Amino acid sequence: MTDMQAQTQAAQAVTSPGHDIEIRDLYKIFGPEAHRHIDAVKAGMTKEELNSRYNHVLGLHNINLTIPFGKITVIMGLSGSGKSTLIRHINGLITPTAGEVIHEGQDVVAMTPAQLRDFRRRKTAMVFQKFALLPHRTVLENTIYGLSIQGVARAAAEEKARYWINRVGLQGFEDYYPKQLSGGMQQRVGLARALTNDAEILLMDEAFSALDPLIRVDMQSILLELQEELHKTIIFITHDLDEALRLGDKIAILRDGALEQVGTGQDIVLNPANDYIASFVKEVNRGRIIKARTIATPAAEGAPLPDFTVRARSELDLVARRMIKADVRTAQVREADGTLVGLIDLPAILDAMVNPATAASDD
Amino acid sequence: MDLYDFPEMGRGDLRAMRLAIDGAFRDFTRAYGETLENLFDPIRALLVLIETLMINSPWVVVLAVIAALIWIMSRSWKIVAGTVLAMLLIGYFGMWEDTMRTIAMVAVCTLVAIVLGIPIGILMARSDRLNAWVTPLLDMMQTMPSFVYLIPVVMIFGLGKVPGVIAVVIYAIPPIIRLTNLGIRQVPADVLEAAEAFGSDAWQKLRNVQLPLALPTIMAGVNQTIMMSLAMVVVASMIGVRGLGQPVLQAINNQYFTLGVMNGLAIVAIAIIFDRATQAYGKRLQKHSEIGHD
Ligand SMILES: Nc1ncnc2c1ncn2[C@@H]1O[C@H](COP(=O)(O)OP(=O)(O)OP(=O)(O)O)[C@@H](O)[C@H]1O
Ligand SMILES: [Mg+2]
Repeated sequence: MTDMQAQTQAAQAVTSPGHDIEIRDLYKIFGPEAHRHIDAVKAGMTKEELNSRYNHVLGLHNINLTIPFGKITVIMGLSGSGKSTLIRHINGLITPTAGEVIHEGQDVVAMTPAQLRDFRRRKTAMVFQKFALLPHRTVLENTIYGLSIQGVARAAAEEKARYWINRVGLQGFEDYYPKQLSGGMQQRVGLARALTNDAEILLMDEAFSALDPLIRVDMQSILLELQEELHKTIIFITHDLDEALRLGDKIAILRDGALEQVGTGQDIVLNPANDYIASFVKEVNRGRIIKARTIATPAAEGAPLPDFTVRARSELDLVARRMIKADVRTAQVREADGTLVGLIDLPAILDAMVNPATAASDD
Repeated sequence: MDLYDFPEMGRGDLRAMRLAIDGAFRDFTRAYGETLENLFDPIRALLVLIETLMINSPWVVVLAVIAALIWIMSRSWKIVAGTVLAMLLIGYFGMWEDTMRTIAMVAVCTLVAIVLGIPIGILMARSDRLNAWVTPLLDMMQTMPSFVYLIPVVMIFGLGKVPGVIAVVIYAIPPIIRLTNLGIRQVPADVLEAAEAFGSDAWQKLRNVQLPLALPTIMAGVNQTIMMSLAMVVVASMIGVRGLGQPVLQAINNQYFTLGVMNGLAIVAIAIIFDRATQAYGKRLQKHSEIGHD
């Protein structure tokens, strides 16, 4: 594929009418007689009771979530909280006990096997925690997999695959076998395989969790960079808060199969819905999450504005660094287009950056 | 109660039962024997074709073809050289023709076992119920003394090639079924899930993921099947299968020690050749198929 084609392709992705994914009233009970217990669970039976009395596992409990088109939605939670279970409902790898997964007006849950296969081929692609590459196929043949089972002609499929292999930085490795590559490189293959499918929805189940920290940050950067031009609907699972905050336009936190809080990274860090979330976000570096816009106070009518200006979408630690370097205590906060948001000063920045929980305990 | 003599069925009853079953089976044989025989005609034709080709072609050509096949499978000059040497010795000691018959027989039996065994193994891997039913049957096939199922086979088909093939296949097919089943069940769940997530249908999963990843295991099954066919060829000579088994049988009956050992050694030589070649092939298949790096 030429760069021109890639650009038009990216442009199409932006302009084509987007479709959110709507998850509605979703329940998943694991066990042979799941349907017999669904009413009791809906009426309020707890996970523990279901497990001890009936030996069934409550995987997901009343999930309602909108996954916006073209954005990265991160689903976060501890091990066993139901993240993998939830993401597998989106492409029908798991059938819920009750509830709907709506995309483009169609319920994934109600699809026939043939419809579901078609949906998976054309609308979704998936990246896996343990890469799940075909060990007997080369990088190129792995990357081609999605297109080849759709029956796309070999030459066209190969051209696309080579383009994405280049984009994830694997040029020259086309003929290697997975086991000849490092973990980070294998996951690039996983990413290239998913991107070659050219699907609107990208499902990533702890895609970077098995990688070393540095490589992991690398892969996050690659993903963000690609997303800037592709605008796919990405569902990204992680149990790492830093990763969630870095990638997520929207973050949903799962606990024991239920959603605890849904919002932007800032929402969650600044206004944790409960103690559980608060303890979750306790250790986070708030200066790198909170934006100047968030703590700007309206400028008093007619009062003179400070000379120094900072961007509304800059994070606080960057703002603080710039203000200290310029030796100013207050600054105007303006959007990229120049509109005035308000004023910001160093004490307010410091106050926002210090975690209320740790601050209280050190008094 | 008498605890020393087992309360067995009356002698007369037992005899009547045996006669009834044998009679029914004989009637069945009379009614359907010919139909069944016709059914197996293609196999007989194939066996005859291979046999005549191997016996009637110049021995140099046959040897060259065998060496080439072994090379294609093993890619090892050592194994090819060993094969050529063994075949030359076999020919020199006057066992060429019998060896050709035995190789043809083993080849056809293995082919039949593969064609039947792999699909059965695949079906067993897909269905736990079928698995539960077939597994004891396979156990029975492997432990039943091989002479026993010569009897019904001979009753239906008489003496000759076809009953030989059937007896050998029944005896030699279990490993390929078992190992196909095992190999497919061992395919890592995450790789299979990935294939599923990209929209593969059942056939695409089988062809692209399950069979290729199970292939080294299946090859181990093929290897065992070949070995067992070879072992059974001697037994099958009792029902008129010609080849290296017959001189062995003759040697047993007449106490010809040297004749027995020579033909026995020829069977061993073929076994080693087949074994090394299929194992080398299996290893080559495995080269990239391991799941590396976690
Ligand atoms: N097939 C199944 N049968 C029974 N229980 C299951 C099944 N799959 C998942 N579970 C249970 O559902 C719960 C959620 O599992 P899930 O794999 O979705 O967790 P997760 O958040 O992805 O965890 P991890 O971070 O370890 O991957 C767990 O308690 C798990 O034991
Ligand atoms: Mg998981």
